[in-house]
Amino acid sequence: MDVNQELNEKQKEYWQKNIRLIVGLLVIWFLVSLFAGIIMAVPLSNVPFFNLPLSFWFAQQGSIIIFVILIFYYAKKMDQLDEQYDVKEVILTEQTDKKGDDS
Amino acid sequence: MTVEALTLTLVLITFAIYIYIGWWSKVKDTSNFFVAGKEIPAVANGAAIAADWMSAASFISMAGLISFLGYDGTIYLMGWTGGYVLLALLLAPYLRKFGRYTVPDFIGDRYYSNGARAVAAIATIFISLTYVAGQMRGVGIVFSRYLQVDIMVGVFIGMAIVAFFAVLGGMKGITWTQVIQYFVLIIAFIIPAAAISLKLTGNPVPQLGLVFSDIAKQLSDLQVQLGLNEYLKPFQNLSGLNVFAVTLALMIGTAGLPHVIIRFYTVKDVRSARWSAGWALVFIALLYTTAPAIGVFAKYNLINSFNNEPIDQVREISWVAKWEETGLLKLEDKNGDGTLNFTNNNDTNEVTIDRDIIVLSTPEVANLSPFIIALVAAGGLAAALSTASGLLLAMSSAVSHDLYYRIFRPDASEKQRLAVGRWMIFLAVIVAGYFGINPPGFVGEVVAFAFGLAAASLFPAIFLGIFDKRMNREGAIWGILSGLIFTLTMILLMRSVQIFGTETQIIESFLGINAQGIGVIGAIINFVVSFIVSRNTQEPPEEISKMVEDIRIPKVVETSEK
Repeated sequence: MDVNQELNEKQKEYWQKNIRLIVGLLVIWFLVSLFAGIIMAVPLSNVPFFNLPLSFWFAQQGSIIIFVILIFYYAKKMDQLDEQYDVKEVILTEQTDKKGDDS
Repeated sequence: MTVEALTLTLVLITFAIYIYIGWWSKVKDTSNFFVAGKEIPAVANGAAIAADWMSAASFISMAGLISFLGYDGTIYLMGWTGGYVLLALLLAPYLRKFGRYTVPDFIGDRYYSNGARAVAAIATIFISLTYVAGQMRGVGIVFSRYLQVDIMVGVFIGMAIVAFFAVLGGMKGITWTQVIQYFVLIIAFIIPAAAISLKLTGNPVPQLGLVFSDIAKQLSDLQVQLGLNEYLKPFQNLSGLNVFAVTLALMIGTAGLPHVIIRFYTVKDVRSARWSAGWALVFIALLYTTAPAIGVFAKYNLINSFNNEPIDQVREISWVAKWEETGLLKLEDKNGDGTLNFTNNNDTNEVTIDRDIIVLSTPEVANLSPFIIALVAAGGLAAALSTASGLLLAMSSAVSHDLYYRIFRPDASEKQRLAVGRWMIFLAVIVAGYFGINPPGFVGEVVAFAFGLAAASLFPAIFLGIFDKRMNREGAIWGILSGLIFTLTMILLMRSVQIFGTETQIIESFLGINAQGIGVIGAIINFVVSFIVSRNTQEPPEEISKMVEDIRIPKVVETSEK
């Protein structure tokens, strides 16, 4: 029971850290796309980014590049978190195969 | 060799490869058939998702579409990429941990209800069907344009190829052909783009050429001079509110599309699901950041080649004559002064460009060898075939796995289920082919359905199933139904001209939001209704809470007891 309790606490902490990470990354996701590219489209049109207006760059190129970075950052961070909380998935080929069949 | 002979050779070679892979990966059990045995490496799954995702329309029409929309083209650029962030952070890892075969599998199990399962299965079939019709048409169009065969014959050839590797190899065959198809389509897309970028900006990387040259600025000024929209200025074609709503609806819709989601079941563990989402977006971003650059370069080049030039001289350019023949390019000297003029008025404008020409004519405009032109044809076919096959599998698994096996015949044997799966793919190919040959008049319009419905029905239900433990059967079903019905009704009313043939739209917009963006409101309604209903009805059973906890943690729970 104690071991289980401790396990649950750890899992809760893992989940909270995961949620915090997700929220943080989604804020950036929103800022570089819907905010910089659409909500701020008109004011940022007057700010140059090399030969393009800054908002145009976010809307047609920058946001996409940052999206890629966000996903890889999340994957990397979660790999560390899985390790730290010892929740890395153990591959049991037999079991995963069966999982789909019984229901 | 002539361009046509080269095209034919290249298309035959790629088809032979696809067929070979189908034969090589033939499968004997349902796990391999539906989820490729869950052993696809993350990078390969990324490439397969990208090929699955990028359709004939992304390949042929999107760059042109953006070049006509200017700044507002961002709805497709951000809308069709931003959804992958939502997928990677909010859905993919947990669905992989859940680890079955389909989207309705999750919704049915999580909400302990075969009713929810059936609704999800029907939504899956409907979303995929509206989408696949356009793909088969795309195959026919590429054939007819490059090889001068009838569209119908082209569709038949496409059907035969897809049927072969999908029926035989199931998800495994589809995945590995998609990996190859991705490389064919991306090479075919990038080479002409690099060539035209080098020609105009001196930089062979189109993404850099766009940022560091002043071509975009020049195009924008040129368009202003001609009385067209200022290219770099936002909200010239759509209101700011609509740009916002459509972008968000496409993002949420992307994250709710069943044929994309099921691809995350095919990797070996949760970790691979997260990484493969990243790889998928890298592969997609390659095309999606190239497209706006091609759009700017090709349009600038076209306007400069035509505007104020003598019409006879323009007609001597070899590619002009060719594309004029296809009807995609129209040159008319309306005022009889012997030169061509662009204007924003239909009565005086003398150059009409179909948007598909932006991509299709680029290799010739940039003086590339016939080999590249042939490659673009093969790339267009790869894009259409890969998307079609992914959609066919999504439909087939919804019918054969969710409806037949999980609801009507839970005692079906492995052999029966596999046989039904194969028959369903075959049937889906026939249906898709039928729509490819006889496209419903509103085929372009129905894509709004696919994204809107996915955003309003599947995404909220899956998201809440993972992140809201208290969400129960009643909440989910009422949420899905209200989101679905609202969105469906709104799209039908706003697109009544194309769908029912009414004189004018029954309603123009909902609070200023058009049919493409209405999915956002549908999704919000779904969230609100789900929340209210679930908090006023019984909590989900204990084992469901356990299940939610289990999918949140990558480790298999049984083995975690020490």
